Amino acid sequence: MKFQDAAPRELANAQQRRNLRKATSTIRAKRAAVVDEVEDWEALREAGAEIKERALRHLGTHLERLEETVTAAGGTVHWARDAAEANAKVAELTRQAGSEEVIKVKSMATDEIGLNAALAAEGIAAHETDLAELIVQLAGDRPSHILVPAIHRNRVEIRDLFERELGERGLSSEPAELTAAARRYLRERFLRVRVGVSGANFAVAETGTVCVLESEGNGRMCTTLPQTLITVMGIEKVLPRFEDLGVMLQLLPRSSTGERMNPYTSLWTGTTAGDGPRDFHLVLLDNGRTATLADELGRQALRCIRCSACLNVCPVYERAGGHAYGNTYPGPIGAILAPQLSGLEEHTSLPWASSLCGACYEVCPVKIEIPSLLVHLRGRIVRERKEEPLGERLAMATMARIFSSRRRYEAAQRGRGMTKLAAHLPGPLRTWSEVREAPEAPAQTFRQWWRSR
Amino acid sequence: MNVARVALFVTCLNDTLAPQAGIATAQVLERIGCEVVFPEEQTCCGQMHANSGYGEQALPLLRRFVRVFSDPAFDAIVSPSASCVTMIHDQYPRLAELAGDEELAAQVAALAPKVFELTGFLVEQMGVDDVGACFPHRVTYHPTCHGLRGLKLGDAPLRLLRNVRDIELVELPEATTCCGFGGTFAVKNADTSAAMLADKLRCVTETGAEVCAAGDSSCLLHIGGGLRRLRTGVRTMHVAEILAQTS
Repeated sequence: MKFQDAAPRELANAQQRRNLRKATSTIRAKRAAVVDEVEDWEALREAGAEIKERALRHLGTHLERLEETVTAAGGTVHWARDAAEANAKVAELTRQAGSEEVIKVKSMATDEIGLNAALAAEGIAAHETDLAELIVQLAGDRPSHILVPAIHRNRVEIRDLFERELGERGLSSEPAELTAAARRYLRERFLRVRVGVSGANFAVAETGTVCVLESEGNGRMCTTLPQTLITVMGIEKVLPRFEDLGVMLQLLPRSSTGERMNPYTSLWTGTTAGDGPRDFHLVLLDNGRTATLADELGRQALRCIRCSACLNVCPVYERAGGHAYGNTYPGPIGAILAPQLSGLEEHTSLPWASSLCGACYEVCPVKIEIPSLLVHLRGRIVRERKEEPLGERLAMATMARIFSSRRRYEAAQRGRGMTKLAAHLPGPLRTWSEVREAPEAPAQTFRQWWRSR
Repeated sequence: MNVARVALFVTCLNDTLAPQAGIATAQVLERIGCEVVFPEEQTCCGQMHANSGYGEQALPLLRRFVRVFSDPAFDAIVSPSASCVTMIHDQYPRLAELAGDEELAAQVAALAPKVFELTGFLVEQMGVDDVGACFPHRVTYHPTCHGLRGLKLGDAPLRLLRNVRDIELVELPEATTCCGFGGTFAVKNADTSAAMLADKLRCVTETGAEVCAAGDSSCLLHIGGGLRRLRTGVRTMHVAEILAQTS
């Protein structure tokens, strides 16, 4: 469904609008406070952008190096061209480990490939262990935010859900009490399930170290307790050097949760005898990334470290919510990433789901020029005829013809031509006047005044 | 800068639908001692086309702009529109590059630094933050996205407004949030645009201002259309119009 068709239903959900407004304004304020206290924040952003650009420029080299170092440390690397290959690999590895269920660290990559549904089809149960992902899973809902997937739910709704789904009775809507209920439910799974599945925030080619940042400790449980750990990682997550983490680990928590440092940072390198999982598998996922890399400007989207700062400042996201975007990655980053990952075959309405206000670029920790990319992708979609808005094409051609001649332009100003143009735009003009008065036609144009003075 | 001659880039929108903003701009520039010329061959900078994905169709308009304004006799090109000036600064270089036209790219590189938004030009280039205006009304100022984040005008517009005699300036809550216009966004994503507008209107009316001022007539048509539909009695004015008022 197109964004403009999905948004009205979301906009009409007053409870969700209030939840989103409260949650995004809280995170915005927290982020602003911890970013302001860093004197060289702009230099840090610059460094972050530079590191990611360097990683992307020689992506193949870094990935092969990563394969070597992970293998040398006792891990196994798998390459997956697309979602189907990655899902099949995870299912196969889970069965090989003799398990029919997995516990999961919150991961965008596995959301992107629809891993849970794919595993379910193979008879394997995937248990989300991040609190918000658990809420979404129990509700049969979809995530609506990269960092806080249940941002559209408030705590009363969550209390009701837990009473219904976890068999808890007499819960209050106090966050501590709700969290305790989730802990009771999850603890048993942490101890029982023998396969853990994670994504990766970063992976270091130089050392073979994989890194996950989280807040709840569930990630630490999933990456240390099971016998087998499977990490599904988008290929753009690789960093060349270990010291690159020094920059990224400063940028990410401040941009995402508005914290100086996140509570849990897990780093692991292959396997270690007697400590943690006995088997470690790293699934390197392409799924449209190589194709994205071919677009010199569009590739900037691959710098993204999934902090979601752009969602939290976006006035479109704040009002329409994440579901309106209709894919794993909502908000401004989703609007430039989702269409590219699909090869401009899907999500082609998303680059227009922005007023180009520029708030996203201002906060992006790796300086992705999101507004420029939105305009660039609009251009590609129109040029490559991925969408066929015939009326719009005609209107644009007519306007271009009018503006390319002073005579035609002045004639149109006097009213001729404008009626012809309006004939192409009945729908859009109607939507304008639903909530706004049409501008009053002035007595004279500026140029008429200029000549007459 | 010791400017003798300023070319007014009025923009097609001001020319056609908000001539008072262009008139005020000419008056303010003349009042501070500039010689203002209006190249009548100018039409549209092509922003609507470029932002909507029709960059190829914007290209002839870019060439036209460069032809009309690349006159060495112009010391500066000044416009009462942050959004159209952002188009020249941010998108022209990329469009010229996309067209593979090196000569055009060089012309754009030479011209763009001479193109200024009105308030930025007055404060940063001319060193003027008091234009001798008088406006005895309660006013709130909405910084448009292209002025705020595109051109980084900072407090230039507010410095000019603060020095207007008898004005009562009231701060706009959530001022830096987009009003929801966004060009074709307002028609393509009409519902989301309307939701953003509703929040902006609430903030404007909360201030109790008689006038909502901004530096882009496009945003003002959107905000003003909403204010009139709700019969709030709040008027919209381009910043230039307030700066042009003397009593």
